Amino acid sequence: MRLNIEKILENLENYRPRRRGWTWRKHVPDLKMGAFTYREASEPLKESVPLITAHHFDNIDPQPLPVITTEIASGRFEDDIRRMRMAAHHGADHIMVIRTAGQSHFDGLIEGTPQGVGGVPITRKQVRAQRKALDFIEDEVGRPINYHSYVSGVAGPDIAVMFAEEGVNGVHQDPQYNVIYRNINMVRSFVDACESKKLIQWAGQAQIDGAHNANATARDAWKVMPELMVQHAINALFSHKVGIPKENICLSTVPPSSTPAPSIFMDLPYAVALRQLFKGYRMRAQMHTKYIESSTREATVTHVLNMLVSKLTSVDIQSTITPDEGRNVPWHMYNIEACDTAKQALLAMDGLQELVELKKDGPLLKMARELQERAVLFLEEMVELGGYFSAVEAGFFVDSGSYPERNGDGIFREIDGGIGAGTVIPREKDYFAPVTAHYGYNNVAQYDPGAVDNPSSLIGGCTLENPEKIIYIDELDDTDNVYERMKDLGDYHAGTKLRPEMEWMADGTVLINMCFPTDVRRAEAAALECAKAMNLSEAAIISREILHNAEGTRIELKGKLNIDIDTASLVLAPEPDILSDDEIRADIEANPMTIVCGTVGEDEHSVGLREIIDIKHGGIEKYGIKVHYLGTSVPVEKLLGAAVELNAQAVLASVIISHDDIHYKNIASIDRLAREMGIRENIIFVAGGTQVASETAVTHGADAGFGRGTKGAHVATFLVKRRREMSTTS
Amino acid sequence: MKRNDDFELRRAHLKDLTDEQLQERFWQLTGQVVDPLLKLGYENTTPAIERSVLLRMGFSSLEVKEIVEGALKRGLLGHGAGNLVYKLSKKKNIPIREAGLLLAEGKDWEAAV
Repeated sequence: MRLNIEKILENLENYRPRRRGWTWRKHVPDLKMGAFTYREASEPLKESVPLITAHHFDNIDPQPLPVITTEIASGRFEDDIRRMRMAAHHGADHIMVIRTAGQSHFDGLIEGTPQGVGGVPITRKQVRAQRKALDFIEDEVGRPINYHSYVSGVAGPDIAVMFAEEGVNGVHQDPQYNVIYRNINMVRSFVDACESKKLIQWAGQAQIDGAHNANATARDAWKVMPELMVQHAINALFSHKVGIPKENICLSTVPPSSTPAPSIFMDLPYAVALRQLFKGYRMRAQMHTKYIESSTREATVTHVLNMLVSKLTSVDIQSTITPDEGRNVPWHMYNIEACDTAKQALLAMDGLQELVELKKDGPLLKMARELQERAVLFLEEMVELGGYFSAVEAGFFVDSGSYPERNGDGIFREIDGGIGAGTVIPREKDYFAPVTAHYGYNNVAQYDPGAVDNPSSLIGGCTLENPEKIIYIDELDDTDNVYERMKDLGDYHAGTKLRPEMEWMADGTVLINMCFPTDVRRAEAAALECAKAMNLSEAAIISREILHNAEGTRIELKGKLNIDIDTASLVLAPEPDILSDDEIRADIEANPMTIVCGTVGEDEHSVGLREIIDIKHGGIEKYGIKVHYLGTSVPVEKLLGAAVELNAQAVLASVIISHDDIHYKNIASIDRLAREMGIRENIIFVAGGTQVASETAVTHGADAGFGRGTKGAHVATFLVKRRREMSTTS
Repeated sequence: MKRNDDFELRRAHLKDLTDEQLQERFWQLTGQVVDPLLKLGYENTTPAIERSVLLRMGFSSLEVKEIVEGALKRGLLGHGAGNLVYKLSKKKNIPIREAGLLLAEGKDWEAAV
């Protein structure tokens, strides 16, 4: 059943978070699942979607040890809720919500549920709705899910209060981000950050810094490594001194380089240097984004290589970047691909450090040491210049030279410039704030020396102790809100109508893959013509890859297919009907059955057929059916000849190779030969193979066709039922 | 500023440090960078901090804006916006929320100082 978004939106004014703070996964040493033992796995889930190949492994779905993040923000938080549920079922337990463009410069809290651009306007109502949905989702999967967003911009402390009140579990907070990337006044940013961090401490939230942005911004991303360590250190120590425990302070660290550079040779020493310096802090391994392009394959490979670095060093939170980040705001399916990529890669590398260790001699530690020395030199020059503000005024940060090299292309800010300049006000002697989690000078004693350790006691507790004091605002805009957006989508939300979707309910977006035997420009033009013929509106090419300058171009094109499918009118393929094991066994005992089988044509595949027949795979032998297996590359004459000779009641032909429809041609030739031999009426003919569609197999002359996912029970059921039919008609 | 990579020259005083000594120096320098920033936070306030105080005192995001802007305009923010509300409530013997709403409406500011 789909989540009922309307129900989630009901009664939000009375919603209270059921817990606060961050949750790490619980390690289960030597976890046994299926035939395997996992060294670095966490508690399994109650409900989840395993990796696609899991059906070969008893459908196990082991969960790696690091928290897995997915970033979800399509602009409509109501659609994101559905994506959160998908992601949680694929193993994400850290849902990060990106803010709408421009929220950093909004001087106060945004209220209601307006639509966002490239993210969601973060509001109390939106946070409550998503946290409430996650309460339900985490019960479903059986694991706490961390909800996360950003405490930055000119309203950092406002947001930090709201997040603490609303049970947000993790946050980005780094004043350097305000200064460098949002041009918010630097003094204001650091003064505000003290208050925000105090609230983060109170709420037990995990905090992630913003250093990865330097990597994503600098022209030569791999050259900012010394600076990255300095940025991490400034935010980490600043936060710790405000009061956040080290184990809740996470470094957002990215492998800085990317292929075709020899990336691991550069990224691994950096990862080692960082972990040597930041003992006791947590590593949030972000994936590389700087050089991500429109190829989802290339992005996925980069991200798997990033996780190799995570596993060779350490990781507490494994972030995932969607492989379509280089094309568009991420779509549902790419969030899920990214979660699966993380799960797959981390499971594959389970226990890696028990098998290999990093070399103590050779270039690795030398390179790590050099990076640390460069970072120390960076800090020395900052101090020499007069501290952080002077260094920013001198354009120290995001310079593309590997420090001490300088390219003069860093980001400059002035101490009295930027948004919010001139708004930092000295606290007077009688300065007072009667609230919990407040940083800095607070003259509580002037009113009551006994209240110094608990200032909010002077007002009978603040909202952090008494959430009923929170003033909840529902909506401020009559036209831009969730109810207006959902108004025309009732049928889709109810599931009575279907339309393809990539990010928003019924957005109609489809993705088409095409290949043209020509150069890029012609292929693009041809693809757009095809889109017209397919009735796609708003067609746009989102990826092109040269297969060869003249011989071929691969195009990925998106467009909108604005048609509605009435769910009630859909003709569904029948569910496979399976008799019970006991019924099949009794039938075979009463009337023994002999069959012959083999892979026909010039085809050496045997695995699929063996799974259908072998007793050890739960195949049809277990019901007492006598099986004569003739092997692979069996000529059709031999198959049918054996059937006659052994007086078999059924023939099972495996047809795997499907090129040029050879599998269906083989089915037709078995049918034809059986007729010529005069045995067709008396024999059951079943065809199977990964590319076999049941109906098409039947049109080509088989009695039944079985495709991917077939089990012995399906085939045995068919054989028994078909034999019963034949005995009543003959 | 443009500068060639003079790492070999600059590192002269670091190259003989043990790894532990180098790491210690890294954190000691970081402390020198962040301590003045923490002091600024200790001694100053901002409109956002004062709004966050008022939010915690039970005012809405719309109300806190009015109160903080009123205090800023009158040069009173350095006393703490929460302080102004608290004082008014004490002086007039009215609940905190009532006092704040008066200030948000531009009333009784003189009694809040």
